Amino acid sequence: MLSISVPSSKFFPASFPFNLYLKKRPFFSFLFIFSPITQTLRSAGDVLEDDPVGRLKVYVYELPSKYNKKLLQKDPRCLTHMFAAEIFMHRFLLSSPVRTLNPDEADWFYAPIYPTCDLTPTGLPLPFKSPRMMRSAVQLISSNWPYWNRTEGSDHFFVVPHDFGACFHYQEEKAIERGILPLLQRATLVQTFGQRNHVCLNEGSITIPPYAPPQKMQARQIPLDTPRSIFVYFRGLFYDVNNDPEGGYYARGARAAVWENFKNNPLFDISTDHPATYYEDMQRAIFCLCPLGWAPWSPRLVEAVVFGCIPVIIADDIVLPFADAIPWEEIGVFVAEEDVPDLDTILTSIPSEVILRKQRLLANPSMKRAMLFPQPAQPGDAFHQILNGLARKLPHDRTAYLKPGQKVLNWTTGPVGDLKPW
Amino acid sequence: MKFSLLQQSYMNRRSGSFRGSSAPLDSSPDNTIKSPASIFWLLLHGICCLISLVLGFRFSRLVFFFLFSTSTTTTLYVTTPFHPLSRTSVISNPLTNSANDLLVSNSTVSSGVVVGRHGIRIRPWPHPNPSEVIQAHQIIERVQREQRNQFGVKSPRSLIVVTPTYVRTFQTLHMIGVMHSLMLLPYDVVWIVVEAGGITNETELIIAKSGVKTLHIGFNQKMPNTWEGRHRLETKMRLRALRLVREEKMDGIVMFADDSNMHSMELFDEIQNVKWFGAVSVGILVHSGGADETLLAAAKVDKEAEENLPNSVVPVQGPACNASNKLAGWHTFNSLTYKGKSAVYIDDRATVLPRKLEWAGFVLNSRLLWKEAEDKPEWVKDMDSVGENIENPLALLKDPSKVEPLGSCGRQVLLWWLRVEARADSKFPPGWIIDPPLEITVPSKRTPWPDTPPELPPNEEKTINQEQTVKHSSKTRSPRSKRRSKRKHEAGSVETQVSAKHSEQN
Repeated sequence: MLSISVPSSKFFPASFPFNLYLKKRPFFSFLFIFSPITQTLRSAGDVLEDDPVGRLKVYVYELPSKYNKKLLQKDPRCLTHMFAAEIFMHRFLLSSPVRTLNPDEADWFYAPIYPTCDLTPTGLPLPFKSPRMMRSAVQLISSNWPYWNRTEGSDHFFVVPHDFGACFHYQEEKAIERGILPLLQRATLVQTFGQRNHVCLNEGSITIPPYAPPQKMQARQIPLDTPRSIFVYFRGLFYDVNNDPEGGYYARGARAAVWENFKNNPLFDISTDHPATYYEDMQRAIFCLCPLGWAPWSPRLVEAVVFGCIPVIIADDIVLPFADAIPWEEIGVFVAEEDVPDLDTILTSIPSEVILRKQRLLANPSMKRAMLFPQPAQPGDAFHQILNGLARKLPHDRTAYLKPGQKVLNWTTGPVGDLKPW
Repeated sequence: MKFSLLQQSYMNRRSGSFRGSSAPLDSSPDNTIKSPASIFWLLLHGICCLISLVLGFRFSRLVFFFLFSTSTTTTLYVTTPFHPLSRTSVISNPLTNSANDLLVSNSTVSSGVVVGRHGIRIRPWPHPNPSEVIQAHQIIERVQREQRNQFGVKSPRSLIVVTPTYVRTFQTLHMIGVMHSLMLLPYDVVWIVVEAGGITNETELIIAKSGVKTLHIGFNQKMPNTWEGRHRLETKMRLRALRLVREEKMDGIVMFADDSNMHSMELFDEIQNVKWFGAVSVGILVHSGGADETLLAAAKVDKEAEENLPNSVVPVQGPACNASNKLAGWHTFNSLTYKGKSAVYIDDRATVLPRKLEWAGFVLNSRLLWKEAEDKPEWVKDMDSVGENIENPLALLKDPSKVEPLGSCGRQVLLWWLRVEARADSKFPPGWIIDPPLEITVPSKRTPWPDTPPELPPNEEKTINQEQTVKHSSKTRSPRSKRRSKRKHEAGSVETQVSAKHSEQN
């Protein structure tokens, strides 16, 4: 759906260095001023402020509550852990203006399933039943509504915020082995995992940030004039002694390398303890390390952006949330895993003008808003960015629509355990 | 996101490792051949297991290391050997299906990122480089400067700090405290030090090291011995300083920093927000003179008073606001509980009480004091019309409701009021320099000190003497230091103490 974009003050937030983007894309600046253009050609700063209402219609399937509400009732911890985006997305869509009750006019179809809501007593999600759950849900959708068979899922989207997305396993080798659930191969996956050239990231997936509690973070803000006196800050594990006692496996050895190289460096405030002032400390730090763990993503990125600490991303080939809308290279510092021993040289050799610029970009409130899932939803937040991402993929490609009777997906592939009904 | 899922992951790991250690040189994926070869490998596997058990670690890795290590790992010390094959053989092949724990690669597209065990890279000298540390500190300083520019006080005004003082034992202690607070400020400071008893070299020496612009005024009256008299004289001295501000038409914010008070840095940032006349909350540190006194006397006599006061609550003086953050009244010091038990003389061992509202809690725009200022508000009296016996600067105002409460409406305590003084007859070496140095006169038979002390040349190693004075003073409780004239007397008393000790021990 095309819409006419007229440059107005709404699209040019004063705080965003829009002129930088103009310099980068002089051709598009010409287009901006003189002609209406499609959304895809606009620059990143504007894209965050887009309003998806009117640009797409989403139909929410009515699935039995065993797929969603019952799971939540069994364990309400699903609302507060970092995978809670799937639940909040469902709630948001139910009351959003983009929802349509008429499936024939819908551009996108959403099936509300909570695959990550099967928690152990300690609160960690077990992905073993998730493939069966998804299969059963897709079977239900395809037999009760004609829309799945029409496209075999190309105009459907699912929220799969688990470690490796729709590969449904916490261990990377297993996840790679399984690959994305075959039935979801054509659907758009909204997931937190993102790594280039990885089986578990499909072309056209939308990467989102993990859920971080917005009220907690906003409640612990300190005055902006508190001087930032910590150079590099990190709190978390360096060695996972339970699962990888020798090291080298966890985080591909990167976290252990950070510890071994910089434990004696007073500029690096790194340790494994859980301070009560974690949020306050991040607001007093200039750089916050965001190294990979068992999976490349972590809520640290969200926390760093919200608290104005420049994220130092140590994860090769990672795909960051809303990468097409947020200029991550301008905001954060990317360090290759093999360069970790030289991290202090790298960080101290960044010129201070660049650092100040990154901080100014981070201070942009639209950036912070885009990383959060507030209740109730607010304009510019992560829900809206997901919808914007979905809107940008419209109109659907011609290959999405199958001829009647044409079948692309193989319903019998995959591990035998997945084929059992749920 | 990993967690120990009992058997499953453990079994995977174990089976993976067995395969790894069981086939050190084997690259064949085919595990189904039943032949003497497989039995041989099984035996080898068993032997390797036993060796691993004995050694306590998986030695298969060492085997790999020694067999396959290349020169790529020499520049970096790698704790767990990095299997170099896993980097180069990024090809899709059925080999990877066996889930060898050392080598798993993406089966579709070639990628530089490989799952599996990687080495932990440690550089040869994992310690900070000093030039980088300096660079980092410059970055931090630049960032903080930017923060101050953006969020801190815009166009800061200069501060005019008024401090009344006089020469006494603890003057150096108190003045250094205030001085260091002022030296840390990023604002322009003019420090007006008014000294009772005229200008002395002692005070001059102390404030000369400050590095801020100081105006040293002498006030030709000696400081009286009572707290009452001292408060009145201090008021007069402060008014003298204010008159100077008026005459010189100094511009800035006037604040009253009594020398024994403690100021937080946030105070100075907060008072930049004052428009004409502001008030901050002052924490009152009320104490009595001697520690032992409080233990005995407080237990018996002051029990009733203690019960009235809630425990460990520091009384606070300052503006009181109502719910709409407007000035509604004042929190003042309730001196009723201390009636009759407060100190009268400066060196009394009793509680020193503040006034109802201390001068230190008020700040004013210096233009209030000028004879003519353009936008001087009408609710301010002219300074000359105010007498010398005012309690606090509120007397300068016709309308006390115009006072601005600072520090989030008085909720933040930004400075603390304290009065601690030594005994009136306490003597201290002038300028706190002992010259000529004291001689040791007390040999002790119980310590490793030599029987005949070495003859100390004069003016040498003042540090040794300060040690001695510390040792001497630790024996007595009251804050006295010894002057040369009293030394022999003290030596005598110390000797008697030492001999008393001997008699106890013998």
